[in-house]
Amino acid sequence: MSKFKKKKEGGLPPISTASLPDIVFMLLFFFMVATVIKEDNLKIENKLPFADQIEKLDKKKPISYIYAGKPSARFTNMGTEARIQLNDKFASAKDIKAFVAAERAALREDQIPKLIMALKVDEKANMGLIMDIKEELRKTNALKINYTTKKGDATSNAGR
Amino acid sequence: MAKRSAPEVNAGSMADIAFLLLIFFLVTTDIATDSGLNRKLPPWEDKPDDTEVKIKQRNIFQITVNKKDQIQIKTRGDDKLTELKDLRAEIVAFLDNGGGQGEDACQYCQGDKHPESSDNFVKAVISLGNDRLTKYETYISVQNEVIAAYNELRNREFLKEYPNLNMNYVQANNMYQDPQTDQDEKDKLKEKLQVIKDRIPQIFSEAETKKS
Repeated sequence: MSKFKKKKEGGLPPISTASLPDIVFMLLFFFMVATVIKEDNLKIENKLPFADQIEKLDKKKPISYIYAGKPSARFTNMGTEARIQLNDKFASAKDIKAFVAAERAALREDQIPKLIMALKVDEKANMGLIMDIKEELRKTNALKINYTTKKGDATSNAGR
Repeated sequence: MAKRSAPEVNAGSMADIAFLLLIFFLVTTDIATDSGLNRKLPPWEDKPDDTEVKIKQRNIFQITVNKKDQIQIKTRGDDKLTELKDLRAEIVAFLDNGGGQGEDACQYCQGDKHPESSDNFVKAVISLGNDRLTKYETYISVQNEVIAAYNELRNREFLKEYPNLNMNYVQANNMYQDPQTDQDEKDKLKEKLQVIKDRIPQIFSEAETKKS
């Protein structure tokens, strides 16, 4: 009687994992394609409010972003009142004019009137700040604005 | 002597490498939110206009959001507080009223022709005022309801005008703005959208914020 018996036939064969890399690669490509590398590092809290009558922004049109909200936990030295952020820096309403001018300078001339200012404002910000931003935008004649929101029920905004 | 075949490359760790990359992209992904409420600001005027346009009180729907985020509306000659969920119906009732007589008569309105409410779509103005301490989220909700009310009426008119398109105003507008729609289709849609936009223009005024 031999010590090394041959394995019995008939047990379940191991599941082939040969296609696992393919599956993972597929997922990988999906995320690579869907990823948009963030344009700006946010220094503020930026929880957008909800709305349901939204229109998509065409990525081919020029868009500039103005952020506003309470400084995030790392920047408590900036106070707790909502602030404006332009590019990577905290800014005040007065800086918007220069910002719009810089954004316009980077565009082709025929694109300038199409520039949309997207306001990404934290839901807890006060309207006073927004009014200041809007006033400055009106003074620089950047009149196309978009209140960036998430898709959702607008009535769920208040009192959360 | 038989030629020895080249040893096969071990691909067992391929999955691990791919997983590593996958997890990296999963963590860094931030699916962008690039949608929102489009609005247009009025141009800035250095000197306040002396030639004020007189608008009849009945053609103005005044919404004021105070610093406690309460919504106050002034329509049909009375002032009242309202809830956000009732706001849309109030705006639709105001816009759709059609109380105009003679040349101001509204051809498309289906409202109850209240004498203290708007004459027609073109005359009706929505005015939104807010305090400096109003929360942004409340303001957005109100803006959303104003746009929703207009969209509701525009949908109705669009369906009535172009019943065989099988879509409403909002769907048509989305299709128009979709970069994948071809140019021919876009030109056709633009014309139709413009008809409805002219019929029900969004006349929206934002009063300067009250100083608190």
